[in-house]
Amino acid sequence: MKPSKEQQLWMYEHMLISRYFEESIETIYMEGKTPAFNMAKGPIPGEMHLSNGQEPCAVGVCAHLTPSDVVTSTHRPHHVAIAKGVDLDRMTAEIFGKKTGLSGGRGGHMHIFDAAVNFSCSGIIAQGMGPAVGAALSRQMQNKDGVAVAFLGEGAANQGAFHETLNLAAVWKLPVVFVIEDNAWGISVSKSSSTAIERNDQRAAAYGMPGHFIPGNDPLAVFEVAGQAIERARRGEGPSLIEIETYRLAGHFMGDAEGYRPEGEKDALFAKDPIPKLRAHLEAQHGWTSSDDAALVARCHARVDAAIAFARESAFPAPEEALEKVFV
Amino acid sequence: MTVATKERKLTIARAMAEAIAQEMRIDDKVFVMGEDVGPLGGVFGNTRGLHDEFGSLRVRDTPISETAFMGAAVGAASDGMRPIVELMFVDFFGVCFDAIYNLMAKNTYFSGGETPVPVVLMTSTGGGYSDAGQHSQCLHATFAHLPGMKVVAPSNAYDAKGLMTAAIRDNNPVIFMFHKALQGMGWLGTEKDAIVHVPEEAYEVPIGKAAIVREGSDVTLVGITSGVHHSLKAARTLAERGISAEVLDLRSLVPLDRDTVLASVRKTGRLIVVDEDYQSYGMSAEIISSVVEQGVVLKAAPQRVAYPDIPIPFTPVMEQWALPNADKIIAAFEKMTNG
Ligand SMILES: Cc1ncc(C[n+]2csc(CCOP(=O)(O)OP(=O)(O)O)c2C)c(N)n1
Ligand SMILES: [Mg+2]
Repeated sequence: MKPSKEQQLWMYEHMLISRYFEESIETIYMEGKTPAFNMAKGPIPGEMHLSNGQEPCAVGVCAHLTPSDVVTSTHRPHHVAIAKGVDLDRMTAEIFGKKTGLSGGRGGHMHIFDAAVNFSCSGIIAQGMGPAVGAALSRQMQNKDGVAVAFLGEGAANQGAFHETLNLAAVWKLPVVFVIEDNAWGISVSKSSSTAIERNDQRAAAYGMPGHFIPGNDPLAVFEVAGQAIERARRGEGPSLIEIETYRLAGHFMGDAEGYRPEGEKDALFAKDPIPKLRAHLEAQHGWTSSDDAALVARCHARVDAAIAFARESAFPAPEEALEKVFV
Repeated sequence: MTVATKERKLTIARAMAEAIAQEMRIDDKVFVMGEDVGPLGGVFGNTRGLHDEFGSLRVRDTPISETAFMGAAVGAASDGMRPIVELMFVDFFGVCFDAIYNLMAKNTYFSGGETPVPVVLMTSTGGGYSDAGQHSQCLHATFAHLPGMKVVAPSNAYDAKGLMTAAIRDNNPVIFMFHKALQGMGWLGTEKDAIVHVPEEAYEVPIGKAAIVREGSDVTLVGITSGVHHSLKAARTLAERGISAEVLDLRSLVPLDRDTVLASVRKTGRLIVVDEDYQSYGMSAEIISSVVEQGVVLKAAPQRVAYPDIPIPFTPVMEQWALPNADKIIAAFEKMTNG
């Protein structure tokens, strides 16, 4: 299942949007946080986990999904949300804590919910997996179309929830796909020092489901493998587990000094940045020109700039709205 | 002048690390495990330097597997070790609470006292920096409610060191809750009053003993961690108006030093409890009922300034509005005296 030119361009476009979105958030996040870095300050307070470099995971998988398919993501959700089609204006406003945000400012960057496209995320490691399995169960019980995809980090594969949900999904043959974004780090702790096996796709065997490993942070390869797994789920043949080698080009969160990285690691990762690689592929295979590229980049930037302007211009909620929506 | 040069002020983070290091030097059964506690020194700085001194066998980075390492702490403790285990944010207790409240808290009792569980569980609490409701809760009362665990929570570095030393030497499980805003990590803002003189030598602050951090005669303000600092600020403002507020720092919720609270309220006749934890079914209710059931004669109905019963919102306009602060304490006092 190779991506068509159109699908490749869709992936490229969403990678560009996602990267420029993160770069913009990164700049704005620092407003009010210099010279003294204090998380509480500036237009975007709180923790901020950026997804720079991990775009291939999001686009390669979400290229196969429709709005009615369910996605759960993690504390590092922006790239997946963008690829899943979450309303960018309202997501940005949520990250700014504005009234026009998806949750009226209650959730923020780690709690992005967009019911219109069946997207949600959570800041507790591996805890998006159960809800994805539950959504798949609901589809199966209601005889309704659609699959669920749970995104998680490689660090999350060591949580109890990972093992319990894999077994449950397999024993009930649910239409769900588990996607591990392996960026080699859980904060300062490396995958190799925390995980008993080299590759988490091997764990699929223990739960009687297919496991796939995708090296090279390559969106085209992710597209192929994810397509097979999602089709399998749609056919009612049960869950799959995919581990994608990806790169965290940013710190764990904003403010991370990254002293734990081996010397030169960051430079090596930047040299393998998936965005220029995909651009080079488009040029070589599909006659993509520099003027095509300039036009697309300009369009993507304009889209993000508009979302940020929307967020900045939106009003804050009234403080007392904090008391609303606890129950409906 | 000589006094000033002798002052060695530490943050709570440094004081915790120092207490742990001193106990690790004299007792090779003491070890530390948790996420990012090794070379990084803990996300909140409280294990800084330990990995350098004691190495990776005694200062262990764990996988993100709280269920496993919390249970392991129980088993290691019952087999002669003295684990100090970190739960990075208290909000994550959900994935490992069985090991905490069904094992750590009950094994001593169920074994008729034969199998003690000398674990220190240290965990960060508190909000105020827009991290939303999965990373900002206090949850003191959730732990204090369930019998079998001691619960301590310092408001300053002196108490942090002494309570940590006492916790490590205690043969019972001790939940050591440190508030992020008091930790002295610049990136979380810094409550300057939490950074105080800390003696070099090891010492214990007794678990279960409240401190009178400011004496007064008109009203008793009772708090823990951040609530103590809000109370001290309110007391300073009230003093300018000629009102004398006594401020109590509970320091421990289990055991709870009811005697000190009762003595103070008997003297002042007024009680305000300040708590960043959720209002209902919590510390404020416990303190007020402890006073009321003793028949202490009060000049006004007791008040509480606590976190409303809502998940903690992200947006700063909502979060800051919901948090306790000195102004709310003063408003509560005015209500008591005008009403
Ligand atoms: C249950 C739980 N434990 C610990 C944390 C703290 N924490 C947040 S992100 C993180 C690392 C996660 O690593 P990984 O799953 O690989 O995702 P990545 O950050 O690399 O995207 C940790 C330990 C948490 N949020 N939830
Ligand atoms: Mg990771």
